[in-house]
Amino acid sequence: MSDDEDDIVLSKLDDAQLVLQMHDDIYDGLGDEIIEGTQILLQRGWTPFDVLTKALVEGMGVVGVDFRDGILFVPEVLQSANAMKAGMSILRPLLAASDAPRMGKMVIGTVKGDIHDIGKNLVGMMMEGAGFEVVDIGINIDAEAYLAALEEHKPDILGMSALLTTTMPYMKVVIDSLKTKGIRHDYIVLVGGAPLSEEFALSVGADAYCRDAAIAVDIAKSFMARQQGAAIAVLDA
Amino acid sequence: MSAPRPVLLIGCGALAREISWAITRGGWPNMELVCLPADLHNRPQDIPGAMKARIRAAKETGKYSKILAIYGDCGTGGALDAVLAAEGAGRIAGAHCYEFYTGSRAFTALNDEEAGSFYLTDYLVRFFDRLVIEGLGLERYPHLKDEYFRNYKRVVYLAQSDDAALRKKARQAASRLGLDYVYRHTGFGGLESYLAAAGTPPEEEKDDLRKT
Repeated sequence: MSDDEDDIVLSKLDDAQLVLQMHDDIYDGLGDEIIEGTQILLQRGWTPFDVLTKALVEGMGVVGVDFRDGILFVPEVLQSANAMKAGMSILRPLLAASDAPRMGKMVIGTVKGDIHDIGKNLVGMMMEGAGFEVVDIGINIDAEAYLAALEEHKPDILGMSALLTTTMPYMKVVIDSLKTKGIRHDYIVLVGGAPLSEEFALSVGADAYCRDAAIAVDIAKSFMARQQGAAIAVLDA
Repeated sequence: MSAPRPVLLIGCGALAREISWAITRGGWPNMELVCLPADLHNRPQDIPGAMKARIRAAKETGKYSKILAIYGDCGTGGALDAVLAAEGAGRIAGAHCYEFYTGSRAFTALNDEEAGSFYLTDYLVRFFDRLVIEGLGLERYPHLKDEYFRNYKRVVYLAQSDDAALRKKARQAASRLGLDYVYRHTGFGGLESYLAAAGTPPEEEKDDLRKT
């Protein structure tokens, strides 16, 4: 049997098969196939939001679970993320122009002294995939720059990342700056990074520790729902 | 008189050679060394559990006067120290081996000078291919190099030995990653002084020795 006979022709798959195939292609980090699959679904009349959530985010969700379970490792996750990014590059402008639901807005950056951004970028991508507007302010960010970004972008959520034991305490510096300015409770503060823990997050005054990108999305959604619930309660009172 | 009970050092496998040399050079016969696998360097979340198991096994023998971890925090975010505190074991100070080789003040200065510094020690230079290239999956996905290293500016080789072959290999590693190269000779740094303090018998044992 020739290799050609093994090739799957994406355009010949029905929608359900194609979505499952795209989940596999994200898992295998096949960016070209994701671009092709994304274009096919759009041509078939799918909304950009449905392509994003059902084909890309669900596919990346499987990757996240297998990473958490120690089946996949960082290189494979990066391959998958790059495949998802390839699809998102097509969807992003379409989503911006559409009336897709907006979950909230997040400013995210890696703290001062730390230049690691792989985890931060994954969180940003997954948050975007979940319908959040994400403003990534980069790496090696000091308290003044975080505050300036909060002032400028007025997000719901502040996300801080650190990979080093030596840099993670800087998160407290940022949170203390928020307290000093009396704006701590204006934001949901989420923190993440390999050496962090739930205890650490609470000790520095963050709202929650996000163990990985998928969990960050779940936590962010849950905080946003609570916030919206509280707002509705105030209106009802 | 019975010989003082030995001190058990539980070290990172990446430090085995240097710890052994320091023990030999210091002439501390009452020290025993065991190591956890060096590749935990890439899986720091597994260090506390592995350390706890090793300490428990050592305690069961009833053989050691004390147990010391020759580890930095190594990205465990304090989880290693929590295990050591619970088990009554000590640890050399420092966030990682780069820091205790270099000394805290000098290491902070290096990092302040350039946050995008990727550190190598003798061990990491020697096993660069296995721990860095294969450890990060770069032999399978070479294009991920930019993803991992795009924010780094330089490789800093913190050398324990004075070895021209290792210096050459470190320079090649920097070039392979597309980064500048900086060389600093640290020797054993704080490792040696920590072991010297640990190798000195406690006062009561010295008294026992004097009485005999």
